[in-house]
Amino acid sequence: MLIRSVVLSVFALFSVLGCSNQKIDSKPTITVWHWMTDRDSAFQALAKKYESLTGIRVNFELYAPSDAYSQKIRAAAQGTNLPDIFGILGEKRDFASFIKAGHILDITSYMEADNSAWKNKLFPKALAVNEFAPGNSYGINPGIFGVPIDIMTIQMVYNKKLFGQLGLNPNRPPKTFQEFLDIGNKIKAAGMQGLVSGWGEVWMIDCLANNYAFNIMGKDKVLATIRGEVPYTDPDWIRVFSIFKQMQESGVLAKGIVTMINKSAEQLFANEKAVFAFNGSWCVNVYKGMNPNLEYGAMLPPAASDKYPISIWGGAGSSFMVNARSKNKGEAVKFLAWLTDQDQQAYLAKETNNLPANKNSLSKIPEILAQFARGMDYATHPNIWGVSEFSLVIEAFDRGIQSIIIGERTPEQVAGEVQSIKERELAKKRAR
Amino acid sequence: MKIKEALENYTFVLPAAAIFSVFYVIPFIWVFQLGLFEWDGISFTRTFVGLQNFKEIFFQDKSWWQAMWNASYITLIALTFQNILAFMLAWACDREIKMKNFYRVIFFIPPVLSEVVVGMAWRFIINDIDGANIINRTLTGMGMPNLVHNWLSDPNTALTTVALVHCWKGFGWGFLIFLAGLQTIPRELYEAARVDGASAWQSFRKITLPLMVPVMVLVAILTVLGTMQVFVLIVSLVGGEFAGHTSVPVLRILASMRGSSRFGYACAQGITFGMVLIAISFIQYRFSKKARQ
Amino acid sequence: MKAAIYYKTKKFAVNTIIHLFLISVAITCLYPLLWMIVSSLKTQDMIFKDISLIPHQFRLENYIRAWQEGGFGRNFLNSILYTSSVVFGIVIISSMAAYAFSRLRFPGSKWLFIMFMAAMMIPIPGSFVALYVLLNKLHLRNTPIGYILCMINVGLSTSIFLLKTFFDKMPKELEDAARIDGCSKLGIWWHVALPLAKPVLAVVIVFNALTVWNEYILALIIFDNRQFMPLQVALQTFQGEFVTNYPLLMAGLTITALPIIIVYLLMQKYIVKGVTQGAVVG
Repeated sequence: MLIRSVVLSVFALFSVLGCSNQKIDSKPTITVWHWMTDRDSAFQALAKKYESLTGIRVNFELYAPSDAYSQKIRAAAQGTNLPDIFGILGEKRDFASFIKAGHILDITSYMEADNSAWKNKLFPKALAVNEFAPGNSYGINPGIFGVPIDIMTIQMVYNKKLFGQLGLNPNRPPKTFQEFLDIGNKIKAAGMQGLVSGWGEVWMIDCLANNYAFNIMGKDKVLATIRGEVPYTDPDWIRVFSIFKQMQESGVLAKGIVTMINKSAEQLFANEKAVFAFNGSWCVNVYKGMNPNLEYGAMLPPAASDKYPISIWGGAGSSFMVNARSKNKGEAVKFLAWLTDQDQQAYLAKETNNLPANKNSLSKIPEILAQFARGMDYATHPNIWGVSEFSLVIEAFDRGIQSIIIGERTPEQVAGEVQSIKERELAKKRAR
Repeated sequence: MKIKEALENYTFVLPAAAIFSVFYVIPFIWVFQLGLFEWDGISFTRTFVGLQNFKEIFFQDKSWWQAMWNASYITLIALTFQNILAFMLAWACDREIKMKNFYRVIFFIPPVLSEVVVGMAWRFIINDIDGANIINRTLTGMGMPNLVHNWLSDPNTALTTVALVHCWKGFGWGFLIFLAGLQTIPRELYEAARVDGASAWQSFRKITLPLMVPVMVLVAILTVLGTMQVFVLIVSLVGGEFAGHTSVPVLRILASMRGSSRFGYACAQGITFGMVLIAISFIQYRFSKKARQ
Repeated sequence: MKAAIYYKTKKFAVNTIIHLFLISVAITCLYPLLWMIVSSLKTQDMIFKDISLIPHQFRLENYIRAWQEGGFGRNFLNSILYTSSVVFGIVIISSMAAYAFSRLRFPGSKWLFIMFMAAMMIPIPGSFVALYVLLNKLHLRNTPIGYILCMINVGLSTSIFLLKTFFDKMPKELEDAARIDGCSKLGIWWHVALPLAKPVLAVVIVFNALTVWNEYILALIIFDNRQFMPLQVALQTFQGEFVTNYPLLMAGLTITALPIIIVYLLMQKYIVKGVTQGAVVG
């Protein structure tokens, strides 16, 4: 009996050793979980190329839609089963929680190696989304925790043909908010539809409102508001809310915009049923599929004040993070460095019509995409502000603007409601 | 002997109870516990807050109760309009009528279709600018152009429109269960009644209705459960909560879970929601017992 | 004579009204189906330009592309496997339990039933994460069996409720006769109760088949392997985050709707025929 068990355990030991020997021989496989349906085939092609170059297999696995993907990431994080490379969909706060739980590798040292060779290739604003600055309010040690693989900006687009029909110069989009409103009157008179956007899914309202907040009161005052030093009842904020009322009254907003889904908005604009759209740079690919002959141009939202420049949301479109618990983290980082190199970025941009995160890959993109890319100079994003607003306040803010557009509430009422929720949340935070 | 019999009877419920206790009770306890914590859904640590989450739901969270009210409104429409429609259709198809096989198949199409198609097709029917706009055109054609408006983006009609589309999507289930129920009524009863000189209406009232009460209760409870938890259709029709006008409890729970990363609060909302549903179903059950006596 | 004519015209009028009513409801039901099928035959740029329901394009290759690009082959088989095993499991387990709740006496039966009903009503918001952690501990994550067990649990309560309601309605005489003939309890359940319950079993089958067939979020979360994924997950690829390929999506949706329609066509016969036969015996 004893002899048999000894023999068995020796056998077991051998098989374990045999196994581990084999593992050392073969190269690791890197697993990537992603959610980008439109980039899957391009990723697969790049993975093949990487394998032929290095012998390392990269396994891109697609889990869509993004909602389900983000749930999968959270569940896998609870079971510490995250893959070597993954993305986090969510706000900076969630990003910070993942870092605190030890899921994400700090890649600053890789980025800054060789005189920051890797870091300098990428758009600083795209990196900023993945960066935690010294003294950030999330309590994270400063560093870079993600690799941007593309960038995006959210701007307005206008239909050149419909501009001609309205008697406007198709190459001169409105620069000031007043011009924009005047066009609204013309649109109304001509029985056309003005601006379309996915304002049923509220975050795009938040985006435009923030653009105007930066334009009217400047970045510092917006951030001061988030910190709780300036109330939402401030006249500048009421002006931001009134922007939406003015747009609605002028007729520049399409009918039913408050319950519009972005995919419907895209159909409308692509089929030349709307003069303006407010959309992200991904729309170039969408419009191309629906109507290849669409003539349109990108423009910044028309400025409502000349005190401060208008800002738009932009930065990293999608980013990848490396699992800090992964056995292959070194290889995973190397792969991401390769993925953000000039050639691969140019390939991705060409195949998927997304803007590359690598500054040097911008040269050969179509004109309309280049217009979106130029918007990067005006880009900002809540994820780089270093402070974040309470989600309940954001919700009240966006809902309030919806009510303003349908004429249910006045800008002053909404400002009051938002401020009272802000104060409640601040009090709760202080009590903790 | 008695113990042996009880044990024998237990074997019938054993498989169900086993699966239930592993895959329902364990997650449920986890969720119930979380309702007492503050947790972002990611970190490995959570803060105990006692009944704080529930306090907030009951005393501060106005939008939660608005969502509850909206869901109840949709449910009320489903209970009346949807179920009466389903019952009438089932009753018509239970009779000897031509093409009843055809109808039986057709009426079950809406439940089979994915919410994506239903949302897109109905937006197409209802909407002003990007669709066939059938409803508004019909209204104009019938000489009522003053009724024409944006059904989905008018706060006065958005919820009702959503509710009606939901009823359309769901009536097939009620139809099916009612039909199954009507079919269990022995034909001899109707024949005997006819021999006794009862009119169609009388036999409907004296035979069909009383025998169908348990099935009606069943359909009513299933309707309440199905409708109170509606949300995919709302998202695909109006994009979300539309300034609160179309918000429903499940959307609120998802907003707490994903939007705000307040996992513990979302769990507390889920439990509150469940308790309300149990209360409603209990009342329905009691009512039906009285109705039967 | 006059009375007969009056009676006939009245019957004709009533039937016409009933038919008009039925047809108008039927049209609304057919419309989205037709829209889906017609859209699946168009090209991406025509889908929202040409809004008529009469197809001017017949791009049948959309179906082939949807099948290939979605990688439907494998996932289709998976879906059939999951759906049939979950439905089979639910039918057996829930009908046994419902039969016990309806006919057999044992201590605590009432409480157990109430617990099942309560489970039907309390949605578990974080249940995906909870199930993930649970399956992970049981070493059932990323296995078809774990997914099947979870899905059986999803349909259990409602099915028990449905079946119990109908068992309560059914005549007991046949069962008594079988008992006198020396049938065991299991024998009575299998040979007497289940055949009598055919119509409601058909409803249970259709109901659960549809739920399992359309489920994808749980599958997406617990499977880390593409080869285990059901059909609906493949379908999500067409409904991209930004770019939606509508013709392929519609073709894929049509393909996925078909098996469920077939299941329903097979089952609806029992909903109608089964009971009349049973009732005659009873």
